Amino acid sequence: MQIKKSSKVYDVIIVGSGAGGGMATKILSEAGLQIAVVEAGPYYDPADPEQRTQLKWPWESPRRGASSTRPFGDFDACYGGWEIEGEPYTHTPGTKFDWWRAHMLGGRTNHWGRISLRFGPIDFKHKTYDGLGDDWPISYDDVKPYYDRVDKLIGVHGSKEGLYNEPDGFFLPAPKPRLHELYFIKGSKKAGVPVIPGRLSILTKRINKDRGVCFYCGQCYRGCSVHADFSAGTCLVFPAQKNGGKIDLFVNCMVREVQTDTEGKATGVSYINKDDRQEYSLKGKVVVLAASACSSARILLNSKSPRHPHGLGNSSGLIGKYLHDSTGTSRSAFIPALMDRDLYNEDGTGGMHIYTPWWLDNKKLDFPRGYHMEMWGGIDMPSYGFGFNPNSLNEFIGEKVGGYGDRLRKDVRKYYGAVVGISGRGECIAREDNYCELDPEVVDEYGIPVLRFNYTWSDHELKQSKHMHETFEEIFHAMDGKILGGKPGANEDYGLAAPGRIIHEVGTTRMGNNPKTSVTNPIEQLHDAPNVFVVDGGPFVSQADKNPTWTILALSWRTSDYIVDQLKKKAI
Amino acid sequence: MDRRSTIKSVLLGGLSGGLLIAGCTPEEKAKTKVLQPGMVEGPYGRTDKEKARDARLAEETFFTEHELATIAVLCDLILPATATAPSATGAEVDDFISFIVKDIPRHQLPMRGGLMWLDHRAVSNHERVFSDCTVDQQKKLLDEIAYPDDTNPELQPGIQFFNRMRNLVLTGYYTTKAGIDDLGYVGNTPNVWDGVPQEVLDKHGLAYDKEWLAKCVDQEKRDVIAEWDEDGNLIS
Repeated sequence: MQIKKSSKVYDVIIVGSGAGGGMATKILSEAGLQIAVVEAGPYYDPADPEQRTQLKWPWESPRRGASSTRPFGDFDACYGGWEIEGEPYTHTPGTKFDWWRAHMLGGRTNHWGRISLRFGPIDFKHKTYDGLGDDWPISYDDVKPYYDRVDKLIGVHGSKEGLYNEPDGFFLPAPKPRLHELYFIKGSKKAGVPVIPGRLSILTKRINKDRGVCFYCGQCYRGCSVHADFSAGTCLVFPAQKNGGKIDLFVNCMVREVQTDTEGKATGVSYINKDDRQEYSLKGKVVVLAASACSSARILLNSKSPRHPHGLGNSSGLIGKYLHDSTGTSRSAFIPALMDRDLYNEDGTGGMHIYTPWWLDNKKLDFPRGYHMEMWGGIDMPSYGFGFNPNSLNEFIGEKVGGYGDRLRKDVRKYYGAVVGISGRGECIAREDNYCELDPEVVDEYGIPVLRFNYTWSDHELKQSKHMHETFEEIFHAMDGKILGGKPGANEDYGLAAPGRIIHEVGTTRMGNNPKTSVTNPIEQLHDAPNVFVVDGGPFVSQADKNPTWTILALSWRTSDYIVDQLKKKAI
Repeated sequence: MDRRSTIKSVLLGGLSGGLLIAGCTPEEKAKTKVLQPGMVEGPYGRTDKEKARDARLAEETFFTEHELATIAVLCDLILPATATAPSATGAEVDDFISFIVKDIPRHQLPMRGGLMWLDHRAVSNHERVFSDCTVDQQKKLLDEIAYPDDTNPELQPGIQFFNRMRNLVLTGYYTTKAGIDDLGYVGNTPNVWDGVPQEVLDKHGLAYDKEWLAKCVDQEKRDVIAEWDEDGNLIS
């Protein structure tokens, strides 16, 4: 088998087209550079009638939206999953990590929750505050100008609240709370838990002439055909292409490794075209990795050479280490006051119109770091699973559970919209002994060594999850709710979702000033190879009680500006 | 006669055989596209691999004719027609069930075993299989297994089966147009969300806080491109 080489020399090769890769594509192409974007999955456009799932009724799927093929439901706009045929991953025995791959143009940004939270000043310097983990080598002030730009470019709705560690941005106005959210506002207030308008990258107001305004179908996870919510393909890559960017887009192409010369400098990438299973290579002056934290780590580890015997950029031995995902757990409750609801169109946006940012002082608690809370409920469109156990809630109102016939219609209608829930999303402490590495024996169907994960939760995370459930119960009680299910105990990890399940994993190419204790420098450049950058969640030193996407976007823009500058000066 | 007509003739006690032959002439069969029970016309955003899987499922058959006939009877006992809404079989829920067990194979054994458990119970109690029982006899049998709180150990397998059967019927019903109309869901359409209607707020004794409302979108201005002052205050 020959590797087919292309003679073209790109200015930049970008691997991955999600948040980080999409942003790099836009900024670098706007500087007039010749770009190659290599994406492991297929082309995707939520407006294409062949690919669109938005506004489909449940009966337009034979399985009515069940998750038998797509893990988040049949209409979920994500190709990939926890298990991909031909692309396995392994674990060290006794540990667990569920790894989500979104292989498609735009990556995870097609089906993500759109929750867009800036890191706060404390989030960049947690070690200074509580002695755990490490400080980032940069501060909120370094990133703020880019958060501001991302807000204005991409759009995020929210409200100015003046909370120190939940910095305000340039917000679009918030959507009005729905009925169950008004119940949450009232109950949370009674329980002493603050609630503020949600912050999501959904356009409640126009931000430019090209993208539409949200029309409140509540289906952001299906991708938006009018581009009223953020996904990297529709909001970054397509506009970059339309505006005359010199972009060659390679889809269904899985990068195997970054190629280097005898000096250890990157010269390009090799990839397998999934359609013909042939290997190709591309030449580039700069390589930007944005394949997602673990995928980029995998590529670097697989890029071995005499100058980089342990993988490209791995002189510290830390690639893959300090992997960490958000903590997450949920609980639900029956709110009797919401029985026999009036019905009207209450779809709203595809996310929560309210949320609770971290509000307590960890010095008074038995765990470090915080969590935010997302609330859900409402009168959603039925899909597979609707109507299951239609009157199990009868136990709360003294009626018999079960039966058949006309009464079931009444029961379904009675309880429709009467169950609400809360999900907590918290910060995990990054540890060197949580990591992914190359499995020494197993390769995927392309012959590329796969990742082996080694991950456990610590007491910090377990105690945090326990506290989340205590908070959930306080709020539900204040709402006169009947809590469903018991409080999960120690044998259930206090309800903590398995590592990886929240799909916010970061840290595998952590940034730092010292090449011995970090992989990338403060501008996300490999210490060991100045013409290689990582712009996904890999460089995160810690993750905060916030989702990583907005920070990935801001840092990628900042890094891209630097790349443009360095190429102009011919410094790389 | 096609399968649906066979089942209908079973439900009607075989009286309407003549009426049901209409619609099955060779000419009419040739006109209508043959969709396997439970399949959709599409497209619904499938990748090539997903299309191939759907095609494979369409080729498979799981339930026997007798099982399908029993399922149809159960469907309409669980959700009979009302003055304004069709029965479960009227909404083709039996077709949905015959598809979903192929799509989600872990339903197969409990459904097959449960149906036979039910027939065995029917034969023990009434000397005939469930679908041959009178409606009264069928209801007596269901009364034994429709209530999960019943603790009779002999009936537990039936109760487990009926839980699953009832779940599949309800979910198959309420994800059809007839079901969604009956439920009263009115979403899934572009609209302008401007808050909970006043009469609903009043009913629940709730109101929007003035301060909170000031942070919310003025829908009259939603098409005006957003502009901010340097402090992040919206000025357009």
